[in-house]
This record gives sequence, C-alpha cells and structure tokens, in this order.
Amino acid sequence: MLAVTAVAFLMFRYVGDPVRAMAREDSSVEERQELARALGLDQPVAVQYGKFVARVVALDFGISYRNHRPVAALIGERLPATLEIVFVATVLALAFGVPLGVLCALRPDGLAARAVQAVSLIGISTPTFVVGIALILVFAVTLKVLPSFGRGEVVTLGWWTTGFLTPSGIASLVLPSVTLCLFQMTLIMRLVRSEMIDVLSTDYIRFARARGLPRRYIHFKLALRNALMPVITVTGLQIGSLVAFAIVTETVFQWPGMGLLFIQAIYFVDIPVMAAYLLFVGFLFVFLNTVVDVLYALVDPRLRVRS
Amino acid sequence: MSQRIFRSLPPVAAMLAVAAAALSAAGAADAKTLKWSSQGDIATFDPYAHTESFTSNMHHHVYDPLVRRSRSLEIEPALATKWSSVAPDRWRFELRRGVKFHNGNAFTADDVVASITRLLDPDARARGNLSNVAKAERVDDYTVDFVTKGPYPLLLNDLSGIFIMDKEWLEANNALKPGNLTTGATTYASTNANGTGPFKLVSYQPDSRTVLEVNTGWWDKPAHNLTRIEFRPIKSDATRVAALLSGEIDMIAPAPLQDLARIGATSGFKVIEEPSLRLIFLGLNWRPELVGQPGVKNPLLDLKVRQALWHAIDLDTIQRRVMRGKSRNVGTMVAPPVPGYSAGLDQPLAFDAAKAKALLTEAGYPSGFKVNLSCPNDRYINDEQTCVAVAGMWSRLGLQVDLKTESRATYFPKVDKGETDIYMLGWATLPPMDGYSVLSALMATRKGGFGGNNPNGLSDPAVDDLATKSAVELDETKRRAMLTESFRIAREKVYFLPLHQQPVAWATKSNVELPQFADEYVRLWFAKVD
Repeated sequence: MLAVTAVAFLMFRYVGDPVRAMAREDSSVEERQELARALGLDQPVAVQYGKFVARVVALDFGISYRNHRPVAALIGERLPATLEIVFVATVLALAFGVPLGVLCALRPDGLAARAVQAVSLIGISTPTFVVGIALILVFAVTLKVLPSFGRGEVVTLGWWTTGFLTPSGIASLVLPSVTLCLFQMTLIMRLVRSEMIDVLSTDYIRFARARGLPRRYIHFKLALRNALMPVITVTGLQIGSLVAFAIVTETVFQWPGMGLLFIQAIYFVDIPVMAAYLLFVGFLFVFLNTVVDVLYALVDPRLRVRS
Repeated sequence: MSQRIFRSLPPVAAMLAVAAAALSAAGAADAKTLKWSSQGDIATFDPYAHTESFTSNMHHHVYDPLVRRSRSLEIEPALATKWSSVAPDRWRFELRRGVKFHNGNAFTADDVVASITRLLDPDARARGNLSNVAKAERVDDYTVDFVTKGPYPLLLNDLSGIFIMDKEWLEANNALKPGNLTTGATTYASTNANGTGPFKLVSYQPDSRTVLEVNTGWWDKPAHNLTRIEFRPIKSDATRVAALLSGEIDMIAPAPLQDLARIGATSGFKVIEEPSLRLIFLGLNWRPELVGQPGVKNPLLDLKVRQALWHAIDLDTIQRRVMRGKSRNVGTMVAPPVPGYSAGLDQPLAFDAAKAKALLTEAGYPSGFKVNLSCPNDRYINDEQTCVAVAGMWSRLGLQVDLKTESRATYFPKVDKGETDIYMLGWATLPPMDGYSVLSALMATRKGGFGGNNPNGLSDPAVDDLATKSAVELDETKRRAMLTESFRIAREKVYFLPLHQQPVAWATKSNVELPQFADEYVRLWFAKVD
C-alpha cells in the first residue's frame, strides 16, 4: 500500500497543474501564486509527500479541489453505484459464463458450442465503449425500451443508495451491467471450457465413468468442481478490474459511480480525489486477493490445515 | 340488465372524468418540465467557491445578481433598481423592495453586505471576480454603497456575475465563511441553496441530476412557462445525443458539431447555433530565442515573418472543412458584441501563399525555419484538427512545424510558464464581456495585475499605456476608443494570429423555444415548452 501511495503521488506531478484549472481564466500571476501557496504546492516534493502519507494514515483524504467537499463523502456517495453495477455484472458473468463453458466442454464439436465460441470471440475483442454505444443505439434510440443513461430512481437506505428497488432503477442497470460483464463472461466461459476439457480427460474421470456413476454426478460434482479453482482466482481478480474498467462503462452510460468521479478528477487535476481513488483500488486488489485465498480452502480440501 | 348498466354509468363516467382530469393535469405539468443535459456537472452550489462559467450559469437560475444581462446581453436592473456614481470610487445602489428569498426571508441591504463580505474573504475562490471592490457598505435598508479601489469602469459588468445570498440563512447554517482548502473546512452552502431567483433548488445529486422547481414568488414577471427543470449531465457526446434522440431529455447544450446534421434531419428535433464570444487565436513567443530552438535568433520577432504566417493560413478552408461551416473567421481579438470591437479591424490578412513566401524571403528565411506549434486537444471545438490544418499550411510555406498536442490539464500550465513558441488560446472576455479583458490579460506586459495570460514576453509601451488608462476611464466613449486603438495596434503589428469564433450549438425537441446567447449561457428563464 505504501508503494501505491508513492506511485500515486509521483504520478500527480505529471498530470497537470491544479492551480491553472482552479484559477479564473483572466487571473493575475499573483492570484495564482497565492492559490498554489494555499494548496501547499510551493513546498518541496518530499515535504508534500510526507504530509500526504501522514494524512492518509489518519484516514483523512482531504477535500476536493473542485468543489470543496470532503473526498471521503464524495467516494461514499459514488461507491454504491459502482458496487451495484459490478455485482450485477459479476453475477451475470458467472450465471452465463459457467454453464456455457460446461456446454462447450461437453460437446466441443456441437453446433451450439461452435456458435458460442464464435460469439465469445467478438465479446472478448470488442472495446467496451463500442459495445455500450451499440447497445444504446439499439435499445434506447431505436427500440426505446431501456434508458440510455443514468441510474433511474434510487432509494436511500442509510448512506447507501440502491437502484434495485425501483422499476426505473432496475431498467437502468441492464445496459451498463451487460456492457461491463461481456468481457468477463467470455473470459469465464473460455476458462471453464478449457479447464473442463483438461479435467474430463484425466484418469479419475475415466475411472468414474467405468464405475458407471451418473453423468450428472461426474460432470458437475467431480469435473466442474476441480475445474473451478482457476475460475475463482480469475473471477476474484476480475472483480477488481471490473471496478477499474467501470471507468469506461460509467462514462458511456453516465453512471454516477467512482469511475466517473475519477475521470472528472483527472480533467480538473483534482489531486485529493485521484489519490483517494487510486488508494481505494489498490486496497480493493489486496482485499480481493485475500478473499480468493480463503475461498481456495473452501473449494479445495487439500489446502485445509488439519488440526 | 340494461338498467343495471345504466345505473352504474354515472359513477364510471365520474371516475373517467376524474382520471381524464388527472391525466391532463399530469400532462400539463409534464409538458412544462424541461429536462436538459450538458457535458459536465456543476462544481458546487456555493456561488463563491468556484470560477467556472457553467456553474455560474446554473446558479443564475436560483440566485439573482444586483444587475443582470438582458435578452440582448445589455446590463439591466435585477436586485438593484438604480445606481449612480457618487464619487469616483463610490457607487450607490438602490435595492428592489419586496423581494423574498426562497425560504421567505426578506431581501435587504444586510444581505448584500454579507454576500460581498463573504465573497471578498481570502478563502473565497471567486473573489478575483470582484477584485476591484474594497467593500460594500449599508446606507439604509434598501441602499448600498460599493467602494472601489480607485475609479473602476467595469463594476456593473463584474456585478452581473455576483449572486446575492441570504444573510440569515448563512448565519443559521454556519456558512458565513466560505470553505477553506488549506484547513479542509467545508460549508453547508456547497450542497444547498437559498436565493431569490426564478427557480428553487429541490435536489442536487452530483453527476446524476439537479432538480429545480419554479419560484412562484419571483419578483420579476416570468417570460418562461416552466414549472420544473431537470438537469442531467452526460459526459459522453454520443450518449448525450442518444438520450436526446430517444426522447429521454428535451435539450442538449452543447450539441457535438459532428452530429448537428443528423439531429437537424431527424423529425421532431431542431438545432440552434450561432457564433459564440469565444475567439480562437494563436499566440507567439516574444523572447530573443525560441523554446524549441535555443541559441538561434527568434524569427517571430520579425514583423514580416508574422505577416507571412498570417497570409499563409487559409481560414476559409479551416472554416469549411475543420469547423464544418459553423465557425466565423476573424481578424481582430474580440467578437462583435463585445465593447472595443470595430468592424474595420475585423479583416484577416488575405490567404496568399505567394505573398507569404515573398515576405518570408524578404525577412531572410527563404527556406523557412523550425518552430513548435502547441495545441490542446480537449479544450476548444476541434482544436487539434485546426492546428493540424495550420501546421500543414505552414509546411507548404517551407516551415518545419513541430506540432505538439496534449490534454488541457498539462497544456495550459506549459503555456502559462512560457514553454511554448506558437500556441493556441481561446478567449471569450467572460465574465466582464468587455474588450478590456483582452487588453489587460493578454496584451499588456506581465506585471502587477496585468498580463496574467501574456506568458511569452509580449511588451509594447503603447499598449501598456492604453491598458493603464482604460482601467480607470469612466467616460465610456473614450474608454471604448482606447480598447479599439489597442486592437488596431495588435492587428497592425501582428501580435496574435486570430483564427475564428467557435460556434455555440444546441439541439432541442421541436416543442422547446429558447433564445441562444453568444456567451454560451443557457438562460432557461426565457424558455417556453409547448
């Protein structure tokens, strides 16, 4: 995490000058120097970094240069939107990716498997923003059945806002989460397929077949369970990338999540917001890696520590 | 049987009538809601905590200034009804009586004084917008004096962008002081608002939606027929256009240039456009050596070279191809509605490649020279493409142009530090909407309050003299003559290479009637929805 702070901080030296973005267009040189002093930008880099780390350790992310609001509040406001879309995208990806992968593995030469494979190539190679815009054109502009942007009506539960409880909120979730899940779904599908094919050709599956065990039991209890190990790793890490990749999807659909906040922060050189976002994403990856390690133990009995 | 039906008819009919009435009421209310979108959200609802014109634009629907811009962009009374200069550095304003804030508080001189004090606080980001005012003084309940730092002709221009807040409301919410970046203090006013304006703030969800509702107690007779405004920012151009075409929103401002033809051709929608005040030009390096060519004498110091560069730019082609016929070519540094403009000066040097070549040869550069051309790629309309075109035209002249384009976040600091040789800049003279802004910020030598955007050493004593004198000239005719004179000098000596006024283009559904303004402000208190 300390490395993340250092990299984040160093990057900000090169993304631009917040003073220019904050000052009036026809401001005088004095006005701008005064602003730089107020921000502490006139001090040596080492001093600035020291103060930055000290504040982060105290969990104080400062206030946004752009709108004078606490960064923690801004992130808290956007977190539910991003997490909801990432959650839906992950569920969709698993719900469609795993069965399709199994299908492709069981009948690799079947017509359905070939069709799924072909479509998955498109899914893995089309950039997110193209998919997003295409979906908007079809479902919002031409068919007019789904909203093209935003979160719809949201319900506030404490500090959390959710779109799951209103019809417009759920309708709004469809296009962005499909866009976001497409890449991950194809990835999971292809991974399940290749792992399953590997596992199905191993000796114990052959023995199981020879023993006359039911097919369902062999495929889903024995084969799939063993094929899922790498899928868990990838899904776990992919949740992290989904949060990060959500930047593009959120921009295309004007989804008021953290990605959109980050994009605007870059545009305005809003350093406190950028720093907090990067730290959050760094933390998320560390956290997800830990969770994945724990899940391994649940799925794979060999990894459990015998007491 | 038939009797039974007959008997049950009246209640059914009554129910239908009620339902119909409810529907038409809902329909009428819906019809008066305007949903619109722009590319970014407002920064904050605190009028003194930002310097963005778009944010000011939104605040103007909720807050009123003392004087405002009319439909023809002239200054007219708003919260102040009359004003006069009682001494060279003292202006007296008579305030409108009977005005109420949205929470019912009465508007008085105390509110003006508290607002101006809050704005002039060292922590207020926007205090530069009123930098020539020393203080505001209460005379009686409905009279306020503004004390300026010396004679100052542009006070009304400045005040047209200063919104008045409610003293009691600020006190009650502990917001008399603005937020402070150094200490991290935040303020209630950044997410709440209580103004005197034509609309009230109902809700503000950043990046998602801002809802305003009509203020039926507004002091002015409304020229609009709206009951509700929903603002939904959409960053992506393609999505914003899609949202309009799918009918989810009624208006987009701005509309992307490349989609105007398509929107205009779709039935049920229309495009409105006109040249904006923002004028795009190229600035030059005036130091002895170029940044890109250290050790070599700066060729741009030669008037003939500068004339050659101007003659070599084919503005018509840029206008037709890059700007798709939507821009207006210019020869001077301000747009027509701005004080100081003179039609006689608004002639670019004609495109003449042979003449340009001859001038360059006369200047001693028959085979051209090497020079950097720096441009932003996300600030002005088609900025990068414009620079690519200019670079191509200069290459044909024999120059070796090193074109550098980058994002605004890194580009402007570079320009500001004088690390560019020929650079693109756009200037709209806002907020004062006056030629003095060009003279003082771009043309006068960088010193004291002058030359804030003159980073590359342009210095002409005659221009400096005009800047100093026009800053305190209270006779409007004389003052405008000084501004025009400075623009004449700039054109004659080719201090800048003006290119064009970029267009302002909006798109709406056919049932929206809305006047457009050259300062790119969206003034929905003039909007009508059928």
